[in-house]
This record gives sequence, structure tokens and C-alpha cells, in this order.
Amino acid sequence: MPEFEKVIVETDLLILGGGMAACGAAVEAAYWAKENGLRVTLVDKAAVDRSGAVAMGLSAINQYVGLKDGANTVKDYVTYVRNDLMGITREDLVANIARHVDSTVHLFEKWGLPIWKDAEGKYVHEGRWQLMINGESYKVIVAEAAKNALLGSGNGQIFERVFIVGPLMDGDRCAGAVGFSVRENKLYFFMAKATLAAMGGAVHVFKPRSSGEGMGRAWYPPWNSGSSAYFTMKAGAEMTCQEVRFIPVRFKDAYGPVGAWFLLFKSRATNSTGGNYMVERQAELENWLPYGKVKPVPANLRNYLGMLDVMEGKGPIYMRTEEAIQKIAESYKNDPKEHKKKMKELESEAWEDFLDMTISQAILWAGTNVQPEEKSSEIAAAEPYFIGSHSGASGAWVSGPEDLQNEQTKGEYFWGYPNMSTVAGLFCAGDASGASSHKFSSGSCTEGRIAAKAAIQFIVDHNHPPRIDPQALDAQAKEILAPLALYEAHAGATTDPEINPHYVKPRMFMFRLQKIMDEYAGGVTSQFTTNKAQLDRAVELLDYLKEDSTKLAAANLHELMRCWENIHRMWQAEAHVRTMLFREETRWPGYYFRSDKPKMDEEHWHVFANCRYDPGTDHWQMLKRPIHQIFA
Amino acid sequence: MPSYVNPEKCDGCKALDKTACQYICPNDLMVLDRETMKAYNRDVSMCWECYNCVKICPTQAIEVRGYADFVPLGASVTPLRSTDSILWTVKFRNGTLKRFKFPIRTTPEGAAVPDGGYSSSKDLSSPALFTEPGSLGLPEVFTLKKEAPHA
Repeated sequence: MPEFEKVIVETDLLILGGGMAACGAAVEAAYWAKENGLRVTLVDKAAVDRSGAVAMGLSAINQYVGLKDGANTVKDYVTYVRNDLMGITREDLVANIARHVDSTVHLFEKWGLPIWKDAEGKYVHEGRWQLMINGESYKVIVAEAAKNALLGSGNGQIFERVFIVGPLMDGDRCAGAVGFSVRENKLYFFMAKATLAAMGGAVHVFKPRSSGEGMGRAWYPPWNSGSSAYFTMKAGAEMTCQEVRFIPVRFKDAYGPVGAWFLLFKSRATNSTGGNYMVERQAELENWLPYGKVKPVPANLRNYLGMLDVMEGKGPIYMRTEEAIQKIAESYKNDPKEHKKKMKELESEAWEDFLDMTISQAILWAGTNVQPEEKSSEIAAAEPYFIGSHSGASGAWVSGPEDLQNEQTKGEYFWGYPNMSTVAGLFCAGDASGASSHKFSSGSCTEGRIAAKAAIQFIVDHNHPPRIDPQALDAQAKEILAPLALYEAHAGATTDPEINPHYVKPRMFMFRLQKIMDEYAGGVTSQFTTNKAQLDRAVELLDYLKEDSTKLAAANLHELMRCWENIHRMWQAEAHVRTMLFREETRWPGYYFRSDKPKMDEEHWHVFANCRYDPGTDHWQMLKRPIHQIFA
Repeated sequence: MPSYVNPEKCDGCKALDKTACQYICPNDLMVLDRETMKAYNRDVSMCWECYNCVKICPTQAIEVRGYADFVPLGASVTPLRSTDSILWTVKFRNGTLKRFKFPIRTTPEGAAVPDGGYSSSKDLSSPALFTEPGSLGLPEVFTLKKEAPHA
């Protein structure tokens, strides 16, 4: 095995990740670090210009509150999120993002992001909280601001193509991170006074619907491999909402967005008999009160009503694009010239929605000769994902801000620094922080800013470098490179390096994880349904998988990254299964259904289900945390 | 396939230390074959079809063929990205051709100023982010301490 150079980088604030949250963190941190004479280092496993979940672009900004125009209040947003998550949300965290998010959107516009405007110069809304954008270069623009901030301040640096494996610890304090270059034989030890985890959510923990090439066409990007969850769990941080996976209903197979169709074009979705499950299954909503009766109907309940149709054999479910477009154009029918113009405009808007963020869906339309103004397209529930943003909620349990607490919450939800996890010096944002759903791209970027400012404050208050045991570094180096060593030791034992009794390659390891999750933990093939016996079996099989993770083998640096990505996914899977076991009810029936506990139990389970992995004892602790409303 | 490289057009970004597609791929999929000096996608089933390799390729050597396990053959979607707009050509399986052009940014490349021109806060301990309250368009940042939550 080749020698690996050990590179030690000392910094003050370490930002892990390069997506929307990390870029927001970089912009904010660069300013406060300069004011206080501190250094900032950002580490991305890809190229910041096109990394993270917005790498392809987006066609809308999903969180804009409109505070300056008095369109909505912070409380309005908190109410919306609380209801959508069936009552399980940290109101201090949601409010903190909501009170700042408009500021970040206004910066996006100044940086150069084209936001649609109407004739009066006002933002064009897709829905109450959503703005339409020409977002092909959304990430490029935000990355540019982050790079200008970090590199222009003179005290920032960026490492690209460095994959972060896990945390460096100084006792109970997070002291940085360890990783390796995927381009050259170098191990990196980043030693920092504070660390901000923003490495995204987790995709491919569950078996995707497509199993060939199309496996890569996940709704969320396949490079979101659970690194945030692994990092925070291994540091010993308390985690929250690990049971709250997110299942998006999207255009079938290519996962094109449905937001513009439902909200902007006001389209209906109907089943094979023309029935609309949102109308025909109204009565089902009574079983999920009080959340079943709120408007808009929570995302998971909308999912559930559609899933009931599918389970009854009433599929396919169609997005009625042709009906929606004809309806909009109808008001122009007496003016053929205007009608033609409007139809052209709608056609262009419909295609841009896909071309900006899910180009595959445009290929699928073209490949099946679909013109949306003429023909409906199928929609379907995708496989489960783990994200702290959107309508997911999984992530680390973090402190809220002091000024958004009330008498009840200040002892529960506040411990010194906004967005700091229960581990000193470890901050989280975006998909890395939990119980603060519906932050999307703009809110994640905003949360990165909030966390970065708080982390700088932490450093100013605790301005001493971490102490690291050099022997611990050697042990970590050996562990990280083990898959390369194992491969080298045994690859010659068979005529095909892919099949070998001494090791498992990362791809098959991932398939094994996905099969366990799909069949026992409520994936697509089990119709998102599970029970205690199934989950117990999943734990048993995950234990074998965990043992075999020491048998992962890598032929090169790319595969070494794949090995560690899949270990990260496995930890996200375990936290998920354990928390679904712990929460003895069904609360989000359109995300997963516990068939042995088929009802919502407000009396016992209107609480956060948290967990903590203890690195010292190798045990999981499950705990309930109370839910207190701040915006009653 | 999803993204694939036309060997006639790919020149391996010669004279550069790495190819443009290798530099940009968010999933570390594009690789340069040192023998042929041509790039290729090493794991098509992990490709998101994000088109970043297609958009960045200086010789327009990269295209996308839809996922073969669910997309009927014969269609193509081709971008031409400039500094301020993107032009898309969509070719249907039945030969229908459509073109769309969209703006991509309103400022010159490289010109994003981090503070957006808003004046900066100096108070590290306040809830205000560094461009606030200016960038909010409000006189101050919302807080519970100053106004009742139901106000």
C-alpha cells in the first residue's frame, strides 16, 4: 500500500460541507472571523461551485416569509411547520430561521440570482412561502459569494475533494475532523476550536425504486450519504427525529418536482378511475386530528391518501397537467393571439421547472413524447430519505437562541449557543440539524449563517486550541485506510477482484443495507409499512452488517470514499430503526406505518423521540424530550 | 448511461492538471483514462444526470443518454450555457424539437459581493446576522423579548 502523507491543518472554525448551509456559514463566518482575528476553513468532498443538493439548480425558493411586506409573520411560519410535522417541531429553531430567511433571499438577489418579478416589481410566488426563480446557477452564485467571502477576507481557506470521515475529539469537546483526499494519497487532520457540520442528508439508505442505471436518479442527490448524521453520532451528540424520514411524491421515475404543478398551476392528481383522493378520502383525515383538519393538509397525510389509492389497486396516479394548463389558458380563449402567447408562456414555464432542477424528467418527457399541455404524467411516492430540511426532520438536537425561549423552554431548548449540538464546539446546520423542518435551500443557507455566527462567539469565549493525542491520530489513520489495506492483502486470492471471500466491496455492502431497510424498515416494496417484529429483525441484520463493515475493501481512493459513505449510511439506518422501534405509534402515516401501532397517540407520544450513541460504552440511549409551544 | 463522452470530441483537457468534468462532478464519477487521454463516467448507476459535466466541457464532448432502465430511447436534452443565460434544445423520440432560453444570473460572473452592499453589524452577541437588520428591510430583527409572540 502506498504511503499516505499526513497533513495537519490548524484553524479556528472548521466548516464541513459545501452546500447551501456550508456556503451560508462561510459568508457569515468570514465577516465575524475577520472582526475577531480568527481563521475559517471549509472542506468539501466535491467542488463548491456544484456541490450539495442544489448542485443542478432549483426552480423555486421554498422559504420566503415576506416579513418586510407584512405578508406573513414568524408565527405564521411556525404554525405551518408545526402542523405539517404533526405537532413535532422545535418552535424556537423554526422561528429563528424564519426571522432571518428573508435577509438571505435578499442577498441571493443582490448576488445575481434572477427571482421572478411581476409587473409591479414584486416577487412572483409559487405558493404562500415559495418564490419562482431562474435557478440554473443558484448554487454557482451562492458558492461564489462564499468563496469571495472566505478567500477575500484573507483569513479563510477552502479544501475541495477532501472527504471527511469522522470527528476528532478532545475529551467531550469536538476538536475538528479527519478525512482524506480523493485525488492524492493524503490524510487530513483538521484541528479546530469549533466545528460546523453541514454535510447534507442521507440518500440510498433505502433501496431505490429503480435498480439499474436509474438508481442514481434519486430525488435527493446520491452524494448525500449520511455524513452529517455519522459525524454527529460518533461525536456523541444527541440526535432527534431519527424516525422522521421524508418521502416525496414526485413525477414517477425521474422525480421531477410537483410544487409548480400543485401550487402555481393548481393541478389536480387523479387515479385510474378519475377520482381525486384528496376529495374522496377526506374522511380518512378525521383519524389524524387535529392535524388532519389543518390547511394545507400535512405533506405526509397527502402522501397517505394517495398511497391508499395505490394499495387498493387504483393506480396509476396522474398529475393532470393538461387539464391545469387548459384551465389557465381558458380565460384567453376569445383572443386567439393572446391565447397562443399564454400557452407558449406556460409551456416554457413547465419545461423550465424541470430543466432548472431535474433535467432527467425533461428527458423522460421527451423520450415518451409527452407535451404536458396535452397529456398527464404519472406521480408516485419515492423511497425514504433522511433530511433535516424540506418535510423531513432528522438531525442533531441543537440549542436554540436565548431570546426565542419562554419560561418552559429555556431550560430544555437552550444551552449557550444557537445551533450547537449537545457536544461542546460542534455546531450543525441544514440537513445536519433536526426538528426544524421546512428550511429548504434558503432556510438551510440561513441556518448556516446563524450557526456560524454562534460558533465564532463560542471560539471567542473558549479561545484555546484543542489537545489531541498523537497516538489517537495514528489509530484513526489506520482505521480510515483499512479498506485499502484489506484489498491489497487479499485481491490476489481470486481471479475476479469483485468476488472474494475475504472482503466485501462497497457497492454490494450498500445493496445489503438497502435490502434490509426496504424489506424490514418500511421501504417501497413493503408499502412503507413495518412493525416491532420487522424492526427487531432489522436490528439483528444490521448488527451483522456492522460487523462486516470491517471487511469493506477498496481498490482505490474513489472506492475508499464509497466504503466510508456506506458506513455513514449504515449508522443513519441504525438510528432510524431504533427510533421507529422506540416510538410506539403511527404519527406520519404517509412516511411510515407501524402496523402493530396503527394510531396516533397524543397522550404518550406528543414528544420528541431522541437518541444518543455513547462512544464510550458503545450503547444507544433512547429518550423522550418534551414539546413546548412558544407560539401558542 | 447517463453522461457519456464522445471520443471524437474529448481531448482530455490536455495541458490541464485535471479535466473539467473531473473537477466539477459532484459525485466523483468522471475520470481521465491516462492511456487514451479521454474522460469517462466510471459508475453510471450513481449518476444524478445533473449535467454539470455536460455544461462545463470545453469541447462539448459530453452528452446524456436517459437512464436505460426506464427511459425509451431516442430523446436528447442539450444545454448551451453562457455567462448570463442557458439555451436548451429538447429532441423528442418522435423527432419533435423544442428550444427554451432562460436567464441564469443578473450580475457579471465573479461579482457576488458577500454583504450585498448592506451595512454590517458589529455586535457579535446580538441575534442580528452581519447584514441585518438592513438586509431584512426591517428596522430590527424579530425577537420575543420585545414583542409578544401573538402580536
